[in-house]
Amino acid sequence: MTLELAAKINSFLAALVLLTAFAMLAQRRMNGLIHLFAWQGLLLSVNTAIVGFVAARHHLYISSLLTLGLKVVLLPYILQVLIRRLKIHKEIEVVVNIPMTMMIGIGLVVFSYQLTAPIIELSTMVTRSTLAVALATVLIGLLMMITRRHAVTQIIGFLALENGLFFAATSATYGMPLVVELGVALDILIAAFIFGIFFFHIHATFESLDVEQMAHLKEND
Amino acid sequence: MPGAPLLLPLLLVPLTAAVALGIVGDRKFAPEINILGSAATFAAGLGLAFQVYERGPFMTGGKFFFVDAFNIYLAVLTAFVSMTTAVFSRRYMRREREHGRVGHVGMRFYHAMFQLFIFAMLLCLLTNNVGVLWIAMELATLSTVLLVSLYRTPTAIEAAWKYFILCGVGIAQALFGTVLLYFAAEKVLGEGGDALLWTNLSRVSGQLEPTVLSLAFVFLMVGYGTKVGLVPLHNWLPDAHSEGPTPISAVLSGLLLNIALYALVRCKALVDGATQTHHAGNIMMGFGILSILVAAFSLLRQKDIKRMFSYSSIEHMGIATFAFGLGGPIATFGALLHMLMHSLAKSAIFFTVGHASQMHGTQEMARIRGLFKGNPLVGWGFMLGVMAIIGLPPFGVFTSEFLILTATIKDAPALAPLLLIGLAVAFAALLRRVQPMVSGAPPPWQRPLRASHLPVLLHLALVLAIGIYLPPFLNDWFRTAVGLLR
Amino acid sequence: MNAWPVFLEVLQIAALAAVAPVFAGWVKMLKCWFQGRTSPGLLQPVRDLRKLFAKDVVLAENASWVFRFAPYLVFGVALLIGGVIPILSVDLPLAPTADVIVIVGLFAVARFFTALAGLDIGTAFGGMGSSREMTIASLAEPAMLMAIFTISLGSATTSLAQIVSSIQSGQLLLRPSFAFAVLAFVLIALAETGRIPVDNPATHLELTMIHEAMILEYSGRHLALIEWAGMMKLALFAYLGIAAFFPWGIAASRDLRALGLAFAAMLLKLAAVGLGIVLIETGLAKMRIFRLTEFLGAAFLMATLGMLSFFILE
Repeated sequence: MTLELAAKINSFLAALVLLTAFAMLAQRRMNGLIHLFAWQGLLLSVNTAIVGFVAARHHLYISSLLTLGLKVVLLPYILQVLIRRLKIHKEIEVVVNIPMTMMIGIGLVVFSYQLTAPIIELSTMVTRSTLAVALATVLIGLLMMITRRHAVTQIIGFLALENGLFFAATSATYGMPLVVELGVALDILIAAFIFGIFFFHIHATFESLDVEQMAHLKEND
Repeated sequence: MPGAPLLLPLLLVPLTAAVALGIVGDRKFAPEINILGSAATFAAGLGLAFQVYERGPFMTGGKFFFVDAFNIYLAVLTAFVSMTTAVFSRRYMRREREHGRVGHVGMRFYHAMFQLFIFAMLLCLLTNNVGVLWIAMELATLSTVLLVSLYRTPTAIEAAWKYFILCGVGIAQALFGTVLLYFAAEKVLGEGGDALLWTNLSRVSGQLEPTVLSLAFVFLMVGYGTKVGLVPLHNWLPDAHSEGPTPISAVLSGLLLNIALYALVRCKALVDGATQTHHAGNIMMGFGILSILVAAFSLLRQKDIKRMFSYSSIEHMGIATFAFGLGGPIATFGALLHMLMHSLAKSAIFFTVGHASQMHGTQEMARIRGLFKGNPLVGWGFMLGVMAIIGLPPFGVFTSEFLILTATIKDAPALAPLLLIGLAVAFAALLRRVQPMVSGAPPPWQRPLRASHLPVLLHLALVLAIGIYLPPFLNDWFRTAVGLLR
Repeated sequence: MNAWPVFLEVLQIAALAAVAPVFAGWVKMLKCWFQGRTSPGLLQPVRDLRKLFAKDVVLAENASWVFRFAPYLVFGVALLIGGVIPILSVDLPLAPTADVIVIVGLFAVARFFTALAGLDIGTAFGGMGSSREMTIASLAEPAMLMAIFTISLGSATTSLAQIVSSIQSGQLLLRPSFAFAVLAFVLIALAETGRIPVDNPATHLELTMIHEAMILEYSGRHLALIEWAGMMKLALFAYLGIAAFFPWGIAASRDLRALGLAFAAMLLKLAAVGLGIVLIETGLAKMRIFRLTEFLGAAFLMATLGMLSFFILE
């Protein structure tokens, strides 16, 4: 596989990742959201493997497998179990309506392109142009967290943000050193368990997972 | 290699204690194991500190760990405060358990996570790898998230959720900053783990690409700044520090904020080397002043005692950030001293506040009265603690604030009035609250308390002693650290 | 004078006019097969048109000249567009006269007059259909133009013939902007041609109609022309998609063999497009009108993403 072809595939996968990020913004159903998250993880995993193959950095294979196991299999599974146990079947309520959210998303893509332009110029890597997409995914994950009212979607937005960071690491550099990757994966796993436990606590105390209910700690209390 | 015999126990003791406590559960001797573990950690830390004092900074563990004056001083502080907190928590949590606020599983979890938290903090301080620094910081956050919601009340869960989400997002930005840092470092140092080692990075900081590092610093500032509690990223702090059990509030306010600031200062040192301008310092000063002013004015409106002191933490961290941002030997010395003094004084205050709230069954300041008459040790401890934290001489906080103010007047005179306003408003706000709480007759809902007052007295004595007379070894220690942060 | 261009032009327009009803019949047939029904046959639309041409025209008393004129105009526009899009050959003489933006404009003219005709008689359903149609148009046209811009960015031209030749020569295989533009175009085509999930072409319930509601009052040869134009519009969108995204097979040279090959390729591609349409129609349900903004917003978004990824990733 030549460098040229790998660069094209990389760009294509980056575009698909961006598409999944926007699709998550537009998604109304909880199950669809989790599936999209799994797809995003799969795209990232494949991308990492290809970069590892082309650049002959074998630690990226491990990274790719880790992503596959964690983000495509384990985390969606945990989320599905949580949804079934907590009997969450409702539609996702939004704070800002969906077309507006998507417009803001496009704005964020342009913004991240501007922000990362100087870095892209400095990079010599074949995957450098995808740094803008990675930062855009991070910002869109953040947008998702802000404009959603349900705890599960906030968490998925957070995980999408982490996906973007991981993508940034593989596009700006050939992946972080393995010890860091492993540590980050461990952190995500622990975070997954914590929010799993959290949901049960929230549900038990508030009888719902609408985060608007958790807005009482203010100065005037 | 030098230091290895002591460094490993320093890290392994809390880790094994965490596992042991997780297994042991809610037996009678669990708090004692907690205390013993923390004491052993403290002893190891002291030993390591002596080594650094004599020999200077060194790397160990195959370049994975790096110990110099800056981080070992914080490590000793961490170990010390966690030891005294463990002593405090023994009686305190027993009483909480008797009142039914925590169950068996909760206690098991609490003890295990307490030690894990200490482990994470020490790892954060002693590692040489900037990536592992991030991981340890995240681990420290995660280990305390569920501790904040230990009481399972709606407000506790809300506080823990905010803490989780806001700190998580913040820390993710810090990860992006770390990635950018690695990107810049790779060009000079090549690939692999070596490019993330702080010793290597500080050595070649002049060669790192300035645009990348400035951008990286912005993300790191937002990320670690959220953990320090700088305004406007501070929203989680008052909630998280006021809702958890008091020992957790004490270590969060007293220790974790310091560690986040440590991470920020390390990154600033790299950025300064790369950009050769004062940008990073200016950003820190801006955030610092903003935090001081917003926190000081927020202090006026508080009704919950722990929340009020959380805002005080924000203010003091703002002062320290401001001072680190200002740079220069006096300000940095002041900042280091301030971190130490604030840690000791704030945790002492939280101890007494914990006692006071246990005596009255509430955290609302309107319902806490007559501490002098009800329990003189608690009353006086509280009074002295507040006097310490607002910066009255001869307590140590006055010394550090005075140093910082001097440096400000010299280097950034335009900001000195703002600093003074912030300090003055905080002074007045806290003092006016203390007076009604300690004096007067004890209200009928006050209950007697049998507690360990040693930690409070020890902390306050240290703050007073260092305020009056800075021991030479501490002086040298700080000077070395200042030299390293130049 | 060279007769070849004229021949080519006439051949193409005739092909369009002839193929369009058959294409509509093919789509109908596939749909019936998918739904387990017996189809009325491939040539049923032809038979329907013949029947309609033989019937009388019934006009309302207050119908103005717009009402009588609109069917001819719509039919003429459809033929004109058919003469501009390179289907069989790149060398089409009229192709340089109109680039993609003009094509969009021509579609808009046809739609404008149809909407006017719907309003002309003054019935409630006609007005409703017209307003709905214009709503869709106001959302779909920007999206369409954005998708067109994205493609033309790649070929640095808006002339369809040149886009075709540049795609045929270059390797546009894995360009993300391309992929986004294709997706956006599919969504817009569904909206413009009035297929599910935007509008059900086979509905007989007036309140769910969009396009049909505008032409409720037509009869006889007027209706025949409008129906024929509708079928041609479907075929034209298919042609547009094929020309812009999958133009391999369009004759680049001037010999008859290439032309024959192009004709065969065209039929094959149309068949595939028909299959695609039927798969979408069978798999999805018709959306509520209120959801249309999101649908077309998504199309606009995809097109914009395609444009952005052109700048960012290429």
